[in-house]
Amino acid sequence: MQFMLLFSRQGKLRLQKWYVPLCDKEKKKITRELVQTVLARKPKMCSFLEWRDLKIVYKRYASLYFCCAIEDQDNELITLEIIHRYVELLDKYFGSVCELDIIFNFEKAYFILDEFLLGGEAQETSKKNVLKAIEQADLLQECKTEKHESFVNPSCI
Amino acid sequence: MSDVVEKTLTALPSLLSLDSQPGSAKLSSTSKLGNLIRGITELTSKHEEEKLIQQELASIKEQVSSPNTSMRQMKELMVRAIYCEMLGYEASFSYIHAIKLAQQGTALEKRVGYLAVSLFLNESHELLLLLVNTVLKDLQSTNLIEVCMALTVVSQMFPKDMIPAILPLVEEKLNHPKEIIRRKAVLALYKFYLIAPNQVQHIHNKFRKALCDKDPGVMTASLHIYAQMIQEKPEGYKDLAASFVAILKQVVGGKLPMDFNYHSVPAPWLQIQLLRILSLLGKNDQRYTSEIMYEVLDESLRRAEMNHNITYAILYECVKCIYTIHPKSDLLEKAAKCIGNFVLSPKINLKYLGLKALTYVVQQDPKLALQHQMTIIECLDHPDLIIKRETLELLFRITNAQNVTVIVEKMLDFLRISEDDYTTIDLVGKVAELAEKYPSECWFIETMNTVFSVGGDMMQPDIPNSFLKLLSEGFDSVEEDKKLRLFAVDSYVSLLQGEPDKLPQRFLQVISWVLGEYSYLKEELQPAAVLRLLAKLLDTKNTSSETKSWILMAMTKLCDGEAGVSVAQEVSETYSSSLDTVLRQRAHELQYLSQNPELRSKVLPRDAGLEVDSSLSFLDGFVSEALAAGAAPYKPPHQRQEELAQAKALSLEPYGLSLPISMSSCSIADRQSPTLLSISSGLSGDSTDLSLKGGSTTLKLDGVKRVWGKEGYLAQREPLEEAAAQVEVPSPLRSPSQTGEADNSHSQTPIPIPTPEPEQEKQQLASSLFVGLSSHSSVSLMGKSEPTPQRFRRKAKSPSSSLDASERISNSLVSSTSTVDNLLCDNLLDTSELAVPSPSLTSQLSQSLTTANGSFDVQLTESDVKGSSPTLVRDNGVAVPLSGLSHSEITPLCSDQSLDLSVCHVQKEEYLALVSCVCDSAVQELRSLGVAVCQYSLTVKRPSVHVEVVGMVSYQLPVGTHQSVQFSHKLPLTSFIRPLTVSTEEYGKMWLDFTNDTKQNLSLISDGQESLTATLNVLKKKLQLHVVEIIGVEGIVACRLHQDQPCLMHCRVHAGTLAVWLRSPVPDLPDCLIYHCQRALQEH
Repeated sequence: MQFMLLFSRQGKLRLQKWYVPLCDKEKKKITRELVQTVLARKPKMCSFLEWRDLKIVYKRYASLYFCCAIEDQDNELITLEIIHRYVELLDKYFGSVCELDIIFNFEKAYFILDEFLLGGEAQETSKKNVLKAIEQADLLQECKTEKHESFVNPSCI
Repeated sequence: MSDVVEKTLTALPSLLSLDSQPGSAKLSSTSKLGNLIRGITELTSKHEEEKLIQQELASIKEQVSSPNTSMRQMKELMVRAIYCEMLGYEASFSYIHAIKLAQQGTALEKRVGYLAVSLFLNESHELLLLLVNTVLKDLQSTNLIEVCMALTVVSQMFPKDMIPAILPLVEEKLNHPKEIIRRKAVLALYKFYLIAPNQVQHIHNKFRKALCDKDPGVMTASLHIYAQMIQEKPEGYKDLAASFVAILKQVVGGKLPMDFNYHSVPAPWLQIQLLRILSLLGKNDQRYTSEIMYEVLDESLRRAEMNHNITYAILYECVKCIYTIHPKSDLLEKAAKCIGNFVLSPKINLKYLGLKALTYVVQQDPKLALQHQMTIIECLDHPDLIIKRETLELLFRITNAQNVTVIVEKMLDFLRISEDDYTTIDLVGKVAELAEKYPSECWFIETMNTVFSVGGDMMQPDIPNSFLKLLSEGFDSVEEDKKLRLFAVDSYVSLLQGEPDKLPQRFLQVISWVLGEYSYLKEELQPAAVLRLLAKLLDTKNTSSETKSWILMAMTKLCDGEAGVSVAQEVSETYSSSLDTVLRQRAHELQYLSQNPELRSKVLPRDAGLEVDSSLSFLDGFVSEALAAGAAPYKPPHQRQEELAQAKALSLEPYGLSLPISMSSCSIADRQSPTLLSISSGLSGDSTDLSLKGGSTTLKLDGVKRVWGKEGYLAQREPLEEAAAQVEVPSPLRSPSQTGEADNSHSQTPIPIPTPEPEQEKQQLASSLFVGLSSHSSVSLMGKSEPTPQRFRRKAKSPSSSLDASERISNSLVSSTSTVDNLLCDNLLDTSELAVPSPSLTSQLSQSLTTANGSFDVQLTESDVKGSSPTLVRDNGVAVPLSGLSHSEITPLCSDQSLDLSVCHVQKEEYLALVSCVCDSAVQELRSLGVAVCQYSLTVKRPSVHVEVVGMVSYQLPVGTHQSVQFSHKLPLTSFIRPLTVSTEEYGKMWLDFTNDTKQNLSLISDGQESLTATLNVLKKKLQLHVVEIIGVEGIVACRLHQDQPCLMHCRVHAGTLAVWLRSPVPDLPDCLIYHCQRALQEH
């Protein structure tokens, strides 16, 4: 996979992960072009796009578009399922995920993505294992956060 | 621990559900990020947003550089900085702080630091060097999470030069007790392999260990590395095929833990990865590797029944694999059915993939497209452009002389509505390619007119170039050339009389060139009139100065007669003071030449075929003098760049760039089906237009029919009939059972039902699109229309060899001694030739040999085998002593239940003798082998890197059933190379005569003084070259392909490399030879 973009129906970028080294200018250009192209497509249309020499696979979940760029020999359908699995992971983690979860906790969404895809390849496809890894790291965070908050504002708990 | 996790998890949603509404979010109300996000949503204009973000960035900048900021605050600041970057605002000041955070923070702060680093920087960023120490420290940490973070960041980006610093630590992690660490370590190594393959060469055996890891996750991760390595060098990993098959079998059989299921399909990602690896291994395979895959592929197809995307993904990969590996007919049938399901599916994604799969297989199996012709027609009118586009791609592959006009029309229709530049460029190229090959003069010109107007100035510059080349070089018939040129002139004059300012610049350039060259052909057209049209063009303000100089050139050719000269004078006056120097020069030329008609006719002779010596051979004397005086040999630009880029060593894989031979034939020629004869490999590595590139610069008029689509709607039955009819001629061996079979297939095809009116139109379209696909002409889709020249003849070695196979077997049952006489040669004796398009028909032919790589002609001439009685049978094998001649190893080619086929070759003076042994393996237990030895002599007509011989043996068993076995054998060109003994003087003389040359730098074998001699000796030994002379740092070498096809090589040691210059009168020979030289030195 070359990159993954998440953007809203209004065309706002919510998440971007690049697995190929590109300069910022190029990234911006690609993002702009793709957002435009994908948003212009009608709902019943094919989820795959040929774009430059890449294949774009996209899917819409509620107000969010998930969009992946793959090479020509890659399997489009499995990419669609990668997107779906990522959504499932987000859903499980956030508990019926919505766009706002991703906006306000985008770093978490990145952590989950990094556990699932590494360097553009599916790293761990077992849902349980991905979440376990995230939770273990979170655990440190949550414990400390709770402690901290209780210190500052005891009435919170 | 897991309990705690459980609790935290359950608590999380309730915490987070609070912020499901903007503004009221708990997190956002306290965090500054929340404020920022909310602030942005309240804004109405882009301008306000910019202002707000700049403010935000300023405040972040101030805080991050303050010494009082704690790491905890820093983490929060980083998150905000990431957010600003995501919105498109640069926050480069924070990069260094992100690295600092990763370095100094506690675990959770570190995590954000690493994330920020991985989002901000890319692997070439210089700041990344500062991260190396942090990574090093974290890799040694006792905290698993820190190790994980370090590995995660390393697998995403790491400075190439610093890999050695952390490599031992990462390697060590391969033995870590935790599978998550092992998995990440494997992925990190995969990343290293991608960016610096030679750094991880020494740990290949550890990859094998990872492949055998007990944790499926680690094993899956290791497959990424294997997929990459196998793609680069499939032959090195054939031994692993059985292991991959075993793994896939277990996965498909549901042996993995339930965790890996995805919508109740076991580990689909793993399955797909394995299937892809298998198809890489089975590609170009000589059957053995593919054979072990058949069962598991069949099972995968069978298991994937559920109606879910994920099963379709697996099916699709299966189908691709089946069509890539060595073919097996019943699998192909199932795969074809599968493709059918995809194409017919109402789901648009599946339909798209179906079309894509069809495009992939259509050259092997054109009938498949025919089956779905009506669906394809529907897709052509599909509202989704992507579907339309893919359909056109499919049609492009099946274009032949009969349907080209219709297909090109469809493509042009698409071009007119397409808005995407990339598609336009691609499609315009394809149309131009098709148009060049099928010229009826006016259609060709009109199509090209559309191409030029639609393609505009975006199109590849070689399109107008080759168009002009084509016009100027012309074809076989002078009459047709004239007609074509005249038509072009006509058409352009009328275009210029219209609204020329709307035409793209490139088109105007083409127009002015053609008018300049050929408007004299139209007698009633006054040169002055053309000049005026061109002058008008010059005055148009859109015309670029490049176009203007084309126009001035054209005018120079045309300024005849009084009227002409006066127009020319006027124009040249205007431009002789132009600021553009090129224009000024052209204007002066025009002025001068228009006044000197005599000089002009000398400088610009009319209708004289201009001979361009593209190899610049007239400069050879100069070059060799310069070389002798110590000048460095010329290097093509790309080579120079490469060498600059990696000053140390010559890249070992530049073939794709430096050799114009296409290796691409391998990419589809992976199946040994004779249909592939049509895939001419052409000069480009672009595998997508594989079939169509061959000889694209020349116009093929021969065999082109000018009558389009009169055949009407093709019912599906037709191809079968025709095919059967074609087979009937050369097959005296047709058995009744096969006739029955053929009849069956007849009865299966639906009888065309009278169709309703609206369908009529589509059917007509179908008939014009798919015409020609039905017959054998489909086999030579675009490449060559002439019948394949390969044919071979063979002689019986002894009368006994003509025994009938069944008789022979019974013989051997009776007498176990008469081995030599028991030859299974009977029906092999007939000569028959060539391509059989579908596996179902193959059995009706006897043995045939063809070449699979379309661009080579191997001539199989009658062989002389008298005298040598060359068979000998050992206990468990076949050996062929060929008296006194060195021969290659005996290679087993193929075998089935009743026979083994082996081959070896003997290098004779003038040809290569290919000896194949057919040995009956069924009776092997009876200690009696039936062996037939057949000998062919092969010579190469056109050189290529490898020559592939494809053939088929068919035979009859006692019970009367026909069997056939396909085989293929790949021979390197070196088998055909012979030393050429010449003297230095002769060499010098020949050198200047040869026009085809190539140059490249090769690596020397050793650095010592004798390196040149040593290197040349290796080449001499491996490639049978003749070393003519070695003087100091230079050496000359000679060899030949045939008596009259020499190839000369000039070597010079220069800056630690061997600068090699090859010359030959035969095109491609130098390129092929240098490839082998390179290989030989590499292998040494």
